[in-house]
Amino acid sequence: MNLHEYQAKELLQQFGVAIPRGIKVTSQQEAVEAAKQIGGPLWVVKAQVHAGGRGKAGGVKLARSLQDVEDISGRLLGSTLVTKQTGADGVKIHALLIQDGVDITKEYYLSALVDRSKKRVILIGSSEGGMDIEEVAAKTPEKILTLTVDPVAGIQPYQARDLGFRMGMEKKQVDQLVKVLNGVYNLFVQKDCSMVEINPLIVTTDGQVMALDAKVSLDDNALYRHKDTAEMRDPTQEDAREHIAHEIGLNYVALDGSIGCMVNGAGLAMATMDVIKLQGGEPANFLDVGGGATAERVARAFKLILSSSKVKAILVNIFGGIVRCDTIAEGIIAAVKEVGLKLPVVVRLQGTNVEAGREMLAKSGMNIMAAEDLTDAAKKAVAAAQ
Amino acid sequence: MSILINKDTKVICQGFTGSQGTFHSEQSIAYGTNLVGGISPGKGGTKHLDKPVFNTVREAVEATGAEASMIYVPAAFAGDAILEAADAGIKVIACITEGIPVTDMLKVKAVLTNNYPKTYLIGPNCPGVITPGGCKMGIMPGHIHKPGKIGIVSRSGTLTYEAVDQTTRTGLGQSTCIGIGGDPIHGMSFIDIISLFKDDPQTEGIVMVGEIGGSAEEEAAEYIKANVKKPVVAYIAGVTAPPGKRMGHAGAIIMGGKGTAADKFAALESAGATIVRSPADIGAAMKKFFP
Repeated sequence: MNLHEYQAKELLQQFGVAIPRGIKVTSQQEAVEAAKQIGGPLWVVKAQVHAGGRGKAGGVKLARSLQDVEDISGRLLGSTLVTKQTGADGVKIHALLIQDGVDITKEYYLSALVDRSKKRVILIGSSEGGMDIEEVAAKTPEKILTLTVDPVAGIQPYQARDLGFRMGMEKKQVDQLVKVLNGVYNLFVQKDCSMVEINPLIVTTDGQVMALDAKVSLDDNALYRHKDTAEMRDPTQEDAREHIAHEIGLNYVALDGSIGCMVNGAGLAMATMDVIKLQGGEPANFLDVGGGATAERVARAFKLILSSSKVKAILVNIFGGIVRCDTIAEGIIAAVKEVGLKLPVVVRLQGTNVEAGREMLAKSGMNIMAAEDLTDAAKKAVAAAQ
Repeated sequence: MSILINKDTKVICQGFTGSQGTFHSEQSIAYGTNLVGGISPGKGGTKHLDKPVFNTVREAVEATGAEASMIYVPAAFAGDAILEAADAGIKVIACITEGIPVTDMLKVKAVLTNNYPKTYLIGPNCPGVITPGGCKMGIMPGHIHKPGKIGIVSRSGTLTYEAVDQTTRTGLGQSTCIGIGGDPIHGMSFIDIISLFKDDPQTEGIVMVGEIGGSAEEEAAEYIKANVKKPVVAYIAGVTAPPGKRMGHAGAIIMGGKGTAADKFAALESAGATIVRSPADIGAAMKKFFP
């Protein structure tokens, strides 16, 4: 789950990381009030959306007067921002961050994430702040510096100092960086983050180190023990269907193709998409109904797939292990009846109770094509979608 | 021979009396697994499925000599259950539970590495491990397996079943099948499993099923290139997966252009593995090595 910039900064501040003065607003009036409260002469008006590339897309503007703040807020609020990460549809701007315009002398990069090979949390620092860090990593890998944290011992001060000096900081800033690194690490582990990124981490003209922009992603599996951060979810920033899927506990990712997929198991769901592509088709979604699929879940999954107008055919691919094929068949039949489905459905069942499941589908009198194996199923679905 | 477990392995179940633990223990017993009891704190001294229930893993090990444990406890308590098993001296732990927070697994992994380096952890978020005809520790459908010569290792549950089904249909059968799990931080890696298959006389060929995210497949490719003479057939799921999106499994995500299926296929191909672009071709590709 992703957070907005203003939420990420609230968390960083809780953990002792300095941030510029800023106030989140949802109306023009609030924006002007916030600007007055912060005091001038320079403000930054920042669109709060769950996507990178806001600056280039026009979502971050400088304001030199209260009138500027009012005008810019009016233009941004309620509009749609299209960045390189949002796709053509873009995302709606419902909130802004009005931030004090600070004077910057130097920009750095800092992030924390899990290194899967090392099986540790690592902190990444770079002197190349404010840039696309993936580009920095590709062009100048020597400028990407890492610090590996022992989960039992935590960050040692010498590690933090070492990282700071290697990033090219002066002693005064290094001392502040030690505090920032501890704050970022403690935030990461105590709030169960999957990523914390400060880009840029700045040094102001009066020598203060602070987080000018920040991004935090949370581990969905740990939200149950963090009521405060779980409440920060903003459904308006999520794909509507992905949000519904989340609510009913299905794994769903929207894609652009015409063949809707319903599969059990994440790996098989990905493989099903791949085979559709191999056969010349395009998948409309990734959908894993999970191991504990009941007839009701299957029916809901079906409705979710059908809510996309791009879908021209549906491919159901189930390898019954825990989930029984007859349960899946029952769900398919119920869902097809309920929504009065006109689209062609190709079903491939394999595994536990497969005979019973196939028989139920055959006797249902519905327009359901049975497939022998995955290749056959994909071929039939691709043909049906054309 | 097989790897990790066989028909004599004494198995216990943690989370024994819960609905998942009960259902899958019944299935394991029906398959012929030597299930010697289970754990359910507070229910020690009672019987469940005709087997003794213990309060702690330590009690169970002392009373039964259990060597392996399958874990079905809820995600919030699963990390603790893994460490309890390791501390009691259990050698093979299969944690089926899905949804364990990453920070919990980081701690578990560090403690296992430091204090219990000889313990084998399989999973979490996995189907478990099965030696066909002998011992089933997990949620896989037993009836699709057949004792034989192919070792199967996979990050995905249902894709493991695909590989099993095809190697059964082609008559090759399986030595041992392991789902290592779809989480970013998990126990045994591809390399850990493949190194056991390499030295197992029953295993004549290896099927490896990977997916997008991380670099475990690339690391396995290096290992295979340097060490493995047995035929390896590999498939990677997620060629069509968009970057930055988590595809069901917590670990299945392409980040910063790293962890793509294309990179993994290329690494395995250059390591001398036979790669298949569709999971439907796994069985046939392996069969070619055993005409």
